[in-house]
Amino acid sequence: MPRHLMNPLDFSVEELEELFDLANDIEANPKKYEDACKRKKLATCFYEPSTRTRLSFEAAMLNLGGEVLGFSDAASSSAAKGESVSDTIRVISCYADICAMRHPKEGAAYVAAAKSLIPVINAGDGGHQHPTQTLTDLLTIRSLKGRLGNFTIGLCGDLKFGRTVHSLINALSRYENVKFIFISPEELKVPDYITDMLNEKNIEYREVIRLEDTIGELDILYMTRVQRERFFNEEDYIRLKDFYILTKSKMEQAKEDMMILHPLPRVNEISVEIDDDPRAAYFKQAAYGVYVRMALILTLLGIKM
Amino acid sequence: MLNVGKIEEGFVLDHIKAGQSLAIYHHLRLDKMDCTVAIIKNAKSNKMGKKDILKVECPIDLLDMDVLAAIDCNITVNVIKDGVIVGKKQLTLPKEISHIFKCSNPRCITSIEQELPHIFFLSDEKKGIYRCKYCEEKLDKRRFV
Repeated sequence: MPRHLMNPLDFSVEELEELFDLANDIEANPKKYEDACKRKKLATCFYEPSTRTRLSFEAAMLNLGGEVLGFSDAASSSAAKGESVSDTIRVISCYADICAMRHPKEGAAYVAAAKSLIPVINAGDGGHQHPTQTLTDLLTIRSLKGRLGNFTIGLCGDLKFGRTVHSLINALSRYENVKFIFISPEELKVPDYITDMLNEKNIEYREVIRLEDTIGELDILYMTRVQRERFFNEEDYIRLKDFYILTKSKMEQAKEDMMILHPLPRVNEISVEIDDDPRAAYFKQAAYGVYVRMALILTLLGIKM
Repeated sequence: MLNVGKIEEGFVLDHIKAGQSLAIYHHLRLDKMDCTVAIIKNAKSNKMGKKDILKVECPIDLLDMDVLAAIDCNITVNVIKDGVIVGKKQLTLPKEISHIFKCSNPRCITSIEQELPHIFFLSDEKKGIYRCKYCEEKLDKRRFV
């Protein structure tokens, strides 16, 4: 049976350490890996648009000397003709060696993995999980902070539908002494299954509404975008989209080494004037996204260098 | 006062939440079995105010305890032999529930792929919380398949 990645918890902490070591080695020695996936094919099955994640996967495979095929929205796939995810993956298994799947419905990648003959990477399923973004976030924190654990992280914005946030909380809950501060409007609070999990593990967290009240305590601030596509009601989206904007004046209250992360794309939740602040790490984060996906593809294909 | 006669061998399901007896009747597949069944709705109860009761005349091993526990673990299962209660069966929460409840999350893959089985796993044994195997949404026990 092939190994899949559905959830960041599919890999143990030790396995993640190996994956991040490999990603750091790829970053330091890109030449060594340029033919590692020669004649291997990655299928990117994207049932909803996501240029960034898809390009990141494609760049990762191309950097490894492999090839890429796939579709970038449901309308150009057989889903438009009513084909099920299970049938699609059985067919894709005949064409490619590994598949990255994004789908607007939650659990779609899980359905695919159950029937797939090749490794399936969940590249985002609705508002549920987005494990490769989490791996990117963990690698960025580990590479730039030098550790995973012993910090206070504030997650700000859409904590209800923001899948990157859910995956990251799950992943960080396995490390020592991580304190969470959830900063969101009442309507976009973190779901109860996440707080249930934190309560069960006795992990410290706090839910607050104002970023200004808490920014000074944070070692890491993880900003998110309020996503239009997660709302059924346009009015709710318009009311909540500008709730948090990180500005220079708010940054004055932050620690000197606080790291700002964002899964990108941003709309206006981080003012562009912050981009030159050395604490802004979100573009470096995008680069780490490619390294970690390269390491993941190698690991799931069982290619050792 | 309504009187329903005794049964000789079978079981009496007591303390069913008022209004749930028909769902239990269907999910225990009692409609497919050739046996005597009495469904008592809205009976007076000191503990619950109103409750439903099911009396079924059939061998006790035909009862699927997992289905019953999944629907409501607080139901009392009285085992009847020769017209008297000879014991009570303890219900324990099954690890997984299939084909009884539907996921209530409109974003779940099961909402568009009709052939997928609706499966829930026991995520918190102490609180009896089940979650959808696909999207992890909490089970809403009012939504039967």
